[in-house]
Amino acid sequence: MTTPSSSFALQPVIVGAGPAGVRAAQALVAHGLRPVVIDEASRAGGQIYRRPPSSLVERSANVLYGFEARRADAVHSAFDAVRERIDYRPDSLVWNAQGSRLDVLHGPTRSTSSVPYSQLIVATGATDRVLPVPGWTLPGVYTLGGAQVALKFQGCAIGQRVVFMGTGPLLYLVAYQYAKAGAKVAAVLDTSRFADQLAATPAMLRQPAVFAKGVYYVAWLRAHGVALHGGVRPLRVLGDAAEGRVAGVAWHDGREERTLACDAVGFGYALRSETQLADLLGCRFEFAPLHRAHLPVRDAAGRCSVRGMYLAGDGAGIMGADAAEWAGERAALALLADGGVAVDTARAAMLERKLHKLGAFREGLERAFPVPHDWAAHAPDELVVCRCENITAGTLRQTVAENGADEMNRLKALSRVGMGRCQGRMCGVAAAEILAHATGQPVQQVGRLRGQAPIKPIPIHLDTPAPSTEGAGA
Amino acid sequence: MNLPTVIQPLLHRVAETGRAAVPFTLDGEPASALAGDTVLTAVLTQATQLRRNEFSDEPRAGFCMMGACQDCWIATEQGERLRACSTFIAPGMALVTGRSGA
Repeated sequence: MTTPSSSFALQPVIVGAGPAGVRAAQALVAHGLRPVVIDEASRAGGQIYRRPPSSLVERSANVLYGFEARRADAVHSAFDAVRERIDYRPDSLVWNAQGSRLDVLHGPTRSTSSVPYSQLIVATGATDRVLPVPGWTLPGVYTLGGAQVALKFQGCAIGQRVVFMGTGPLLYLVAYQYAKAGAKVAAVLDTSRFADQLAATPAMLRQPAVFAKGVYYVAWLRAHGVALHGGVRPLRVLGDAAEGRVAGVAWHDGREERTLACDAVGFGYALRSETQLADLLGCRFEFAPLHRAHLPVRDAAGRCSVRGMYLAGDGAGIMGADAAEWAGERAALALLADGGVAVDTARAAMLERKLHKLGAFREGLERAFPVPHDWAAHAPDELVVCRCENITAGTLRQTVAENGADEMNRLKALSRVGMGRCQGRMCGVAAAEILAHATGQPVQQVGRLRGQAPIKPIPIHLDTPAPSTEGAGA
Repeated sequence: MNLPTVIQPLLHRVAETGRAAVPFTLDGEPASALAGDTVLTAVLTQATQLRRNEFSDEPRAGFCMMGACQDCWIATEQGERLRACSTFIAPGMALVTGRSGA
């Protein structure tokens, strides 16, 4: 390797304790380091392998994670094994990053700290990719990931008669998990067509085990009488005006409008990456057509354009939990090698090969569950795009027509879309699609919302130990 | 006799219902959650909203459940705001949903 450096005088820091963060921590510990691991959750595992609070312990890993039980157990065990050899900071939000320091808010005590780092691994994961439908702000509508969190983390179903809608592998997985848990799944409405899934089969067979699970969920749901509709166009979530909650869904099936009564809706269109920290730290971004999003540029090992900074897991591009484990370990090995520590280069190469191989499968998934590219054309003017500040598609179109906004940050400045508390996490994808459609540009041309500190809302009154950390500026 | 209206809550428990009870108040009324509940679960297993949107005044009940959408903030009687999906219920919490008539 290269000449040893003294760069480990300071701590490497890992942000995120999902599959990528845990495997990165494990690899650093194995090489004699004691990384700081900062995670927003109270327990490690990330969203996919989220562990219930310790007071909810009756369900087995099999019940909680299904086919992923072994993987979940392995990630949890890996974390538990290094728990005492890392500086673990749960319940902690990194709300700002600059100049080799992270500003961290510890939620329960509302205290802040400034954490220095010599190298940084960012493994911040993903949230649901949302393309809104009229009525999506009604109580009883949740993201697919949210519906899954309710079940795994809290032992709750989001309703007694649930419709799952949108597209992506999570659609069938969550429907299956709900039905298994005893909740009534009224229907699964997929915007992609079964023909899409069929056409993508050869690419998906590159990961036969993953493919088989997907096929199993669909078959199981069919066998248990759950109505599965493909090629739908969601029209609206119907509300019960008196009670202000979900009463049903309406969709177009290609021939006619159809409705179905339900008391809850889980919806989403696969996932989107949480890239705010990479943005604050100045990483170079590029449009990634596969993800239909601007993402930080990284090499096969996870190095991004900022020296000493590495990206791993879904936070750098949606590749799934297995890939996140490999990428987390690979990024840690890159960090070590760059710092002059000898690493197993054969293992590093093997991890890269596995990640590369998964890429073809990932492209197959995108063909099987394509995001509806005509979504913006069908979005009615009265559709609320920004649920924080209640900004409609019509307002966005008017802003384009009257003010000539043709770029996302300009649109944000003029309409406030993306300026609310979620900072565009829920509306950003949809606003970009509306803007692209309204200006006749491809979506990669409209740019992306810049990340801003604090990247999530923080209380104004903080217990701030050091005078160096300035207040929120929220 | 004045029969109370039965509210069908949003969330329904399907597992691990044998946990210890945690007393709190909801819109001034005594309520009971289970240990390990988030504030969101504690409220929405017996009500249908957490707050009202500042702009539309319509009821909201969270959305992403993972600390990203910021739509589940709930007020306490003391005027504090809590993110309901990532805050655990604690005995004696006094929560206000902005439900009309409450």
